[in-house]
Amino acid sequence: MNAAIAKQLREIVGPRGLITSAEELRTYECDGLTNFRVMPLGVLLPENTAQIQAILKLCHAEKIPFVARGSGTGLSGGALPVETGIVIALTRMNRILEIDIPNARVVVEPGVINLDVSGRVLPQEYFYAPDPSSQSVCSIGGNVAENSGGAHCLKYGFTTTHVLGLEVVLPDGSLVHLGGKSLDAPGYDLAGVFVGSEGTLGVATKIILRIVKRPECVQTLLAAFPSTNEAGAAVSGIIAAGMLPAAIEMMDNLAIQAAEAAVHANYPNCGALLLVELDGPFAEVESLMKHVDAICREHSASEIRVAQSETERALVWKGRKAAFAAMGRISPNYIVQDGVIPRTALPQVMSEIDRLSKETGVRVANVFHAGDGNLHPLVLYDRRIAGQEEAAEALSYKILEICIAAGGSITGEHGVGEDKKRAMSKMFSEPDLETMQRVRCAFDPLQLSNPGKVFPRPRLCGEKPGKYVPHELESAGIAERF
Amino acid sequence: MDASAPADTVRSIAAFETAARSTVGAENVQAATREDQVAGVQAKLVVAPGDEQQLAHVLKLANDAALAVIPRGGGTKLAWGNPPQRADVILSTARLNAVIEHAHSDLTVTVEAGCTLKQLAETLAKQNQRLALDGLWSSRATVGGILSTNDSGALRLRFGSLRDLVIGVTLALADGTLAKSGGKVVKNVAGYDLPKLITGALGTLGVITQATFRLHPIPKESRTVSCVVHDARDAQRFALAIQDSKLAHSALQIRFVESMQPQIDVLFEATEAGCAAQAERLKQLLARARSIESGPATWNARQILYSEATENCEGSAIAKVSVLPTQIAETCEALAMVTGVNHVHFEAVLYAIGIGIICLVGSPDDISTALKNLRGRIETLGGSLAIAHRPDSMPQIDAWGNAGDALPLMRAVKKQFDPKSTLNPRRFVGGI
Repeated sequence: MNAAIAKQLREIVGPRGLITSAEELRTYECDGLTNFRVMPLGVLLPENTAQIQAILKLCHAEKIPFVARGSGTGLSGGALPVETGIVIALTRMNRILEIDIPNARVVVEPGVINLDVSGRVLPQEYFYAPDPSSQSVCSIGGNVAENSGGAHCLKYGFTTTHVLGLEVVLPDGSLVHLGGKSLDAPGYDLAGVFVGSEGTLGVATKIILRIVKRPECVQTLLAAFPSTNEAGAAVSGIIAAGMLPAAIEMMDNLAIQAAEAAVHANYPNCGALLLVELDGPFAEVESLMKHVDAICREHSASEIRVAQSETERALVWKGRKAAFAAMGRISPNYIVQDGVIPRTALPQVMSEIDRLSKETGVRVANVFHAGDGNLHPLVLYDRRIAGQEEAAEALSYKILEICIAAGGSITGEHGVGEDKKRAMSKMFSEPDLETMQRVRCAFDPLQLSNPGKVFPRPRLCGEKPGKYVPHELESAGIAERF
Repeated sequence: MDASAPADTVRSIAAFETAARSTVGAENVQAATREDQVAGVQAKLVVAPGDEQQLAHVLKLANDAALAVIPRGGGTKLAWGNPPQRADVILSTARLNAVIEHAHSDLTVTVEAGCTLKQLAETLAKQNQRLALDGLWSSRATVGGILSTNDSGALRLRFGSLRDLVIGVTLALADGTLAKSGGKVVKNVAGYDLPKLITGALGTLGVITQATFRLHPIPKESRTVSCVVHDARDAQRFALAIQDSKLAHSALQIRFVESMQPQIDVLFEATEAGCAAQAERLKQLLARARSIESGPATWNARQILYSEATENCEGSAIAKVSVLPTQIAETCEALAMVTGVNHVHFEAVLYAIGIGIICLVGSPDDISTALKNLRGRIETLGGSLAIAHRPDSMPQIDAWGNAGDALPLMRAVKKQFDPKSTLNPRRFVGGI
C-alpha cells in the first residue's frame, strides 16, 4: 500500500486499526467460499461510524475500492477482497445499542452476531427470526448484505422482512438514514433495496431490527419416506391443506448418512427424511400436527416421530444444521450449491440431478428447505483425483441451469457474489441487469463499493441510460469460475 | 386542449397522439375529459395499451416528446400525493388485466398490473387462496395501483405489507426499457430487490406492467373479538399487552372517534380449535374492558373512512400516520388537541403496528392548519404523516412531509430511472 495512504488511514483508525502485513492479511483473503482468494492492500478495523465515513471519504478521493466484511461466513465470495483495494472488517462494531421490547425493535451495529440478538431478548421471550445455519458466528451486517434466510423463513420471512431501518455510509462518505423505527417512512424504500445488495451500495453502520414474540408452543415432526418423491408429495399435501409451517426441511439418503456419521442425530436410515416444524398457540399446533401426521402417512411415511421436548427438538435439528459440515465425513471435498425452484418442480428437478450425477459419476447429496423450494445440493468430489474438481464444478453449474429452466432462481440465500455472476446473465436479460445497475449508479457512481460482484459486467454510470453499450473491460473479463 | 400550454407542447402532443394511435389502435387513444383530472390537474390524452410492449413503447414516445405521463390503474387513489406539475398523458393499464398464472401448488400468482383486486381474489379463491392484503376499493383498485401507493390494511400486522408479499415485477421505464426483477419463487436473492423499490414509489420510477406475489391459504375459521375501553391510554395499554402475548392474531385495530370511548377489535384466523382457544384467552386479557358484539364488518372501518371522505370533496381530508406502537396514545391525544383547537371533527382507525388512518371534517382552512400541526407533533415523535385525500380548495400542503437525509439519494435514484421526470412529475417526496 502507498505509504501516504497508509499514513492517512492509520490516522483515522489508529495503529491497531490497520493491518498491512502479508501474514495477517491471509485471514481476510477469502470468505466461506475458499476457492477464491485475493490479497487486499490492507484491512481496516474501524470502531465507529465517523471512522468509516473518514475511510470512505479517503477512498472516494483516491478512488480506492473497498469491501466491507462481517464474520466472513458468506458462501458466494461476496466478501472476497479486491486486489487494488482495502477490506473494512466490522468485527469491532459489535454493540447492541438499544433494546425496545414494547415496540419489538433492537438497534445493533453491523458486527453483532446474529444469535446474540435472540440471546439478549430471550428473557422477555422474543427472538430474531432469520436463522441462517451459521447464526452462531455470522454477523447482522453480513446478513443485511446477503439478505440471509434460514430454515424458518418459510413462515417468518427473510432478513429484509426484519430490517426496518439502516444507517448507511455511502461510497462518498456521506451518512444517510434509510427507513426507520416506525414503518413506511416517506420516500422510496431504499432500505428494501439496500438489504441484499451484497455490499455494493455502501456500508451499513446501524441496523434497526424487528424482533418477534416466541410462540407458545413448538412441535417438530420427523418422518421417514422411501424416496424424495414421496417426501415431496407430502410437502405439497401439507401446503395444499392450507398450512404454513414454521419450517419444512428435507434430506436425501446421502445427506442422512453424512449427518448420522457426524452428529448421531438418531435419524432413521431411509430414502428421504422430512422435518416439519409447527409453532403457535398450543390448541392450533395440536390440531394441525395431527393433520400433518396423517398427510405423511398417506404418502408412505414409514416412521414418524414428534419431538415434544426442547432436547428432542434440538437433536432433530442438530443433524440438519450440521448437514453441510457433515459432508466431510463422506467426501474429502464438496461444493455447496444454492438454487431455488417452484416447489412443484421438485420431482422433475431431483430426477434430472440424479441423472446427471449417474452420467458423470459425481455424487450429489441433497438438503433442502423444501417448503420454499430452496435446494442445497452438495456436490461431492476428491480434489486429489485429476478431473474431479472440474467435473463437480460443471455439474454444480448445470444444477443452476436446471433451476432457471424450472422457473426458479440461481440463489435463495447465499447470494451471487463472485461465484454466480455468470449465471446472472442466464436468469436475467441485459435490460434487467442494466436496470438494476441504475440503482448502483445512484448510490455509487464511481463503483468503489465491492466492485466486480453480483453483475456479470459493470455499467458505466456516466453513460446515458438507454441501449446497452458493451464496455472494453467486458471482453477482457473478470476471472470467472466454472 | 389547455390554452395555456406552450405551442411546442401542443405540437408534440399532436405528434405523440398520431404515433400512439398507430401503436395501440385509434380506439385506445382518447381525449381526456373532466373525469380524467389528476389531483385537480387536467390531463389531455388517455392512452390504453393492450400489452406491456405497447405500454413501454407509448411511454418512450411520450418521454421522447417531453410529455408528462400519469400511470393509472382503477384511479381510486389517483389523488394521493402532490398534484402533478403537468399531466399530459394518462397511461391506463385497464387493458392489461389478466391473471397470467396462478401456480396454486406453489402459492404464487403472476398477474398483470391492471387486474383488479377483486378479480384476482376471485381467481385465487377457487383454490382457497388469497393475497393476504385488505386493500381499498377492491372492486376497482388494481394490482399496479396498490403497489405504487403501498396500500395496506389491518392484515398487515400478520402478513406484512406489499413489500413482503411481492416477489417479482416487470417495469416499463421512461426510456422504453422493459425490465424484470425478482422472480416467481418466494425465496430469491439474485440481484437487487426492485420490487421493494417500486412499492410505494407512486409510479415515479417506472410503470409496473406485471407482478408476482406470494399467497396465503384462506383461513378455515375466523373470529373477531371487540371491546370498548376507557380512553386512548387504556387502548394503547391493551394493544401493547396483546402484542406482547403469545396470541397469533391476524389484526388489531383501535377505532377512535372524538368524544366516544375507543373500541378495540382483534381478528383471529386459524382452525376452529385455535380460534376458540385464543378468543377465550383474549377475553381474559381484556377482562377489565367492556366486551361488545361485532363481526367481520368491523374490518371495513378503514374503507368506510376513505369512502366517506372522498364523497365529501369540500370538507374532509384523510391522512395516514405512522408512529411507534408505544406512541399510539400520544398520537390520539395530539389528534384530539389539534382538531379541538381548529374546530375540526375527526375519526381514526389505528393499527397496533403503529399505522393509522385519520379522517378530518371541517373547513378547508381549518383542516389544513390541523394537519400541519399534527404533522409537526408526529414528526417530532419520529413518525410521519402523509395526506391521501384533501378538500379541493384546501391550501397546498406537501402530501408527504420530511423525507430525511436520504432525499438527495432518492433524487439520484429518480434521475437514473427517469432523468427527464416524465413520470408523475413533482408528485412524490421532495418534489420528485
